[in-house]
Amino acid sequence: MGFSMLGLTTLAVILVLVFILFDIFSKGISVISWEFITDKPRRGMTEGGIWPAIVGTFWVSLVTVFFSVPIGMFTAIYLNEYAVQGRLIRLIRLAIRNLSGVPSIVYGLFGFALFTLMLNLGLSVISSGLTLGLLTLPWTITASEEALKTVPRSYREGALALGATKWQTIRTNVLPYAVPGMLTGTILGLARAAGETAPILFTGVAFFWPILPEFPKLLTRQFMALPYHLFIMSTQHHEIVKVRPLAYGTALVLIVLIVSMNGLAIWIRYHFRKKYKRI
Amino acid sequence: MPDFKITTRNFHFYYGKFKALNDISMDIETNRVTALIGPSGCGKSTFLRSLNRMNDIIPDTRVEGSIVLDNQEIYDRNVDVVDLRRRIGMVFQKSNPFPKTILENVAYGLRINGERDKGRIIRRVEQSLRDAALWDEVKDRLDDSAMDLSGGQQQRLCIARALAVQPEVLLMDEPASALDPIATQKIEELIFDLKKMYTIVIVTHNMQQAARVSDYTAFFYLGELVEFGETDQIFTNPAKKKTEDYVTGRFG
Repeated sequence: MGFSMLGLTTLAVILVLVFILFDIFSKGISVISWEFITDKPRRGMTEGGIWPAIVGTFWVSLVTVFFSVPIGMFTAIYLNEYAVQGRLIRLIRLAIRNLSGVPSIVYGLFGFALFTLMLNLGLSVISSGLTLGLLTLPWTITASEEALKTVPRSYREGALALGATKWQTIRTNVLPYAVPGMLTGTILGLARAAGETAPILFTGVAFFWPILPEFPKLLTRQFMALPYHLFIMSTQHHEIVKVRPLAYGTALVLIVLIVSMNGLAIWIRYHFRKKYKRI
Repeated sequence: MPDFKITTRNFHFYYGKFKALNDISMDIETNRVTALIGPSGCGKSTFLRSLNRMNDIIPDTRVEGSIVLDNQEIYDRNVDVVDLRRRIGMVFQKSNPFPKTILENVAYGLRINGERDKGRIIRRVEQSLRDAALWDEVKDRLDDSAMDLSGGQQQRLCIARALAVQPEVLLMDEPASALDPIATQKIEELIFDLKKMYTIVIVTHNMQQAARVSDYTAFFYLGELVEFGETDQIFTNPAKKKTEDYVTGRFG
């Protein structure tokens, strides 16, 4: 009885997921074409493609990675390897865990106040990337710390007993085995960030901004992004019924993007687990 | 007058409030094998790990008293722990090869000490593997993963890795406890050869092993050093009743 209930709930969850994916696939696949991917929106966004939104999401994600990965990794290394484990560190860890539960719109407002206004970065790729970076930091830190914890103590002791300094031990005999796990967590966090709308809404995303300038100029400009474009196409457009297929196409591209990022994360984990299996 | 490599005087060790070692005083002779025996939790491993300050990495631990290595107080404030651990090598109970090649495992200690010369590294790796009686078994597959070696080979690899940095003292924490009799015998023969060049301190659960390989034996019980003397005397004519009960297998 209990078991069949558990089975039913599981089945229900999977069915909902399958239904959503099927719905988006069946309605979106018809608009997917080379042109849809590589063209910019035309005729008041009733025709054309989503290339600027893909590019915008790409650059914002890149800023996110460059901000969140080093800070997240070094924070995790400090918390796990150097800090004296006491009440303060436990409190900090608790705060970090809690931050991952803060609604994304709060991050949006905070990013707007801090990056856009206070640091005067304006509405831009950089403001949005940094805001999403803050959003992913708790994920990156937590995943990195978990990854460091999986490295056996015997590796650390073995290196220390040979006269390695603490940093040498971490650099040569801990980090190499923790990096795959760190990457996995980071990519999962990034996949979440890439689908977020609220944080970029406040800090730089644009309704229609079809031509991005060259790097690095584009970092200081507004941009289009896939989740926001989807939001516009499905709720704000003046010819909402006409552009519905385009909205589904955008949703499909976004989902494929995020699923492949998750797939990459799983592949990295699997690949390295196999490599270090016999530990 | 024997030459002592390490002298310990009134050494105490605490994990937090728990006193794990009480007032240990003993001398470890140069180029001899000293065995530490006693039941689980008696402090013998704690004492061994105090000798190269491996216990430093355990939070909330504290020491009192003195351990002197060649006239140098090792718990002195200005002692470089990294340098100390280069001089006092350690082999662990569970063999812990790194997930690298056989060559890179043995070369690890050289590389972190700044050795860059390939030729010198190769020569030292070969010598260390020969000293650890492993060379003939691995010379044709130095680039294979160390994880592919058998348990006994892995443990000898860890010994080779420790020897590569040319320590003066070798600490062994139950090096053969996870090995089969043949692999154990190889390790014991190896210990016999190695004491020509190194001062060896070995923790063991196995009384026969202590009797076979060591020159001196220290019997620990509940954090105290009950008796310390020549191995022959400890096993054939112990001065304390407790020692006799333990070495004859009446408890432990």
